[in-house]
Amino acid sequence: MKKLFRRGVVFSLAVIPALAALNATAWANSHLEKWPTSKVNTTGLAVTDDTVTIGILHSITGSMAISESGSVQAEKLAIKQINDAGGVLGRKIEWIQEDGATDWPNFAEKAKKLIVNDKVAAVMGCWTSASRKAVLPVFEQYNNMLYYPTMYEGLEASRNVVYTGQEATQQILAGIDWVVAEKKPKTFYFVGSDYIWPRTSFKIARKHIENVYNLKVIGEQYYPLGHTQFNSVINKMKLKKPDVIFSIVVGGSNVAFYKQMTGAGVDLTKQTVITISATEDEVRGIGGENIHGTYMFAKYFQSLDNPNNKKFVEEFKEMWGDDIVIGDVTNNAYLGPWLWKMAVEKAGSFDIDRIKEVNPGIEMANAPEGYVRIHETNHHLYSKLRVGRARMDGQFDVVHESELMEPDPFPEGYQ
Amino acid sequence: MRALVNLEYQDIKITSEKIRSRVEGKKMLGYTFGELGSIVAMQGFAGLILFSVFVLMGLGLAIIFGQLGVINMAHGEFMMMGMYITYIMQLLFIEFAPGLMNIYFFVAMAVAFIFTAIMGGCVEFLVVRHLYRRPLDTLLATWGISLILQQSIRVVFGTREVGVVKPEWMMGSVAVTDMIDIQIYGLVVMAITIALTIVVMYLMLRSVWGKHVRAVVQNREMAGAVGINTARTDRTTFAVGCGIAGIAGSAFTMISSTAPDAGQHYIVDTFLVVVFGGAGSLLGTVASAFAISQTQSTLEFFITGSMAKVWTLLIVIGILMVRPQGLFAVKIRR
Repeated sequence: MKKLFRRGVVFSLAVIPALAALNATAWANSHLEKWPTSKVNTTGLAVTDDTVTIGILHSITGSMAISESGSVQAEKLAIKQINDAGGVLGRKIEWIQEDGATDWPNFAEKAKKLIVNDKVAAVMGCWTSASRKAVLPVFEQYNNMLYYPTMYEGLEASRNVVYTGQEATQQILAGIDWVVAEKKPKTFYFVGSDYIWPRTSFKIARKHIENVYNLKVIGEQYYPLGHTQFNSVINKMKLKKPDVIFSIVVGGSNVAFYKQMTGAGVDLTKQTVITISATEDEVRGIGGENIHGTYMFAKYFQSLDNPNNKKFVEEFKEMWGDDIVIGDVTNNAYLGPWLWKMAVEKAGSFDIDRIKEVNPGIEMANAPEGYVRIHETNHHLYSKLRVGRARMDGQFDVVHESELMEPDPFPEGYQ
Repeated sequence: MRALVNLEYQDIKITSEKIRSRVEGKKMLGYTFGELGSIVAMQGFAGLILFSVFVLMGLGLAIIFGQLGVINMAHGEFMMMGMYITYIMQLLFIEFAPGLMNIYFFVAMAVAFIFTAIMGGCVEFLVVRHLYRRPLDTLLATWGISLILQQSIRVVFGTREVGVVKPEWMMGSVAVTDMIDIQIYGLVVMAITIALTIVVMYLMLRSVWGKHVRAVVQNREMAGAVGINTARTDRTTFAVGCGIAGIAGSAFTMISSTAPDAGQHYIVDTFLVVVFGGAGSLLGTVASAFAISQTQSTLEFFITGSMAKVWTLLIVIGILMVRPQGLFAVKIRR
């Protein structure tokens, strides 16, 4: 009885403002003539005359919260900007946020909840490959769209996912080309955390270094996630004196690695160190004084000097505070809602199947990183690779910019 | 996989070359005798740093687990609190006393001890003391506390890592020779470890409080009967253990990351050290920290880090199967 009563209260609380909003916007319902709800939503998604609901699925608790909070902020900023500009097909975007809690099966459950119960029109979410692999079957079974922001190892191309980060070849091949041309090294040394992304990336890097340039990889070392002692590997590197150290250490280990490198007297402005795992977010924890001089390969840096990015950084800080830093993945997460909006508008429909059809070739010219385009077959983005050199203040100087690179998640000859 | 095998083969080859070069006194693989000598020295030093870290992690837990029998899963989180207190102290010093930045670290360490000890006392009073007779339930209860602490830090400081800056004089290293660099932070960590170990040993073996603790451990009823306030002894023991974790955390800001989940990186190794050493024996904790750190750092030099961890754990498991009570066990009649 009590429950029923409470539900009644909640219902009326929800309905009254909704009705008020309806009255207020009734005069501006011209979009309904062009895109009537029955036409743009034939599969029962959460689309009303005035709103469309999408899901946000990231870890805001647990150890991945460190990395994923930036993505959530970026997605909310994009949604706000889209709404301020009139929404999607005349409908304001509303979001339902679920917490993945750094627990991969939990990601799958929450994804199912968002898709089946909430009937969201798309989901912005996931960060680690493990969480993406966990939700992928859900998205394919119930047919929904996932916008995935992280740079990752490749070896996947689902039609239900748009990968807004770079896959391994985009990040690594052009980066190695640059370092070989610039530093003329003879030898490389790899250090990484022990899981799929560093291992796959190093496999690609090794093939490229050995087969294309005929240079040597003289060491390849992996450490468990969360490892905090790197003195032994630093000693090994001191003995072998590699021309280039390539690091894909992640998380807390990343901080330990650089702190101990500088602690052991390795001068990163003289010893060439390249990495794909130290965005502005990580550098905050590492400290600029421990990492300055290191070269990072990414498609986006907060310091990119173009008008789109300046506007993006300004609005991001306005919404989330001045002391925030924006890394590569945060930029990628920001692209998600925009690419989805473009797909919906191109299709003239929220239907997932229509979005899948129109996804190939969608272009975004004013992204913070510049021009991007969704690939015709694998739904990754064409993007440029940039080489940034870490500064004392935790930002990067961009020292090199590649041509627009085709995404190639299944690189032939590199597997 | 083949790459990995090759790699290990290479490493083994280097080892054998190293031995041969020592025998023949020749240059091998392009390394001179001097170079190899310096690496042995530096690797020894790396092992000592790891040893200090293990001792710092283990001391607090050895007191709590060893003396009270409480499986304190929140030990890592007390370290993490110590890290954040160091971070706060750094901010305060930058704001109010930038001239004293060189010594902020030691002040931070003292504050970390006091704060985490008080918190430990509260946790004992509110939760742990009700569970002394149910040691397995302390595991769940303290695990819950660890989650609460992590999430409250996330709420207050945000989910991202914060940067704790080492004082200027702790940066970099002393170049002893061209090849040998001794890390200054390593020396500092070692000094802290030695000082702390001596203090704890003294407290446990010589002070009145230490006598009380040992009396309570050996026979609670009897200790109570001769007038020892056992409840208060339990509380101070738990508080001191947590306070030492706070000091450890403060020291670890020099080495590693300061994040809400940072304690998780240490907790497994901490238990490993304490259990392997023999619960209840401080000397055992120190000995086991030494054994495990030397094994791990030597193995890490020859094989890749992940495999070194696997082998270290296998060796420890093997020894514990033969000696389930750990390296050193306190012999008492129960």
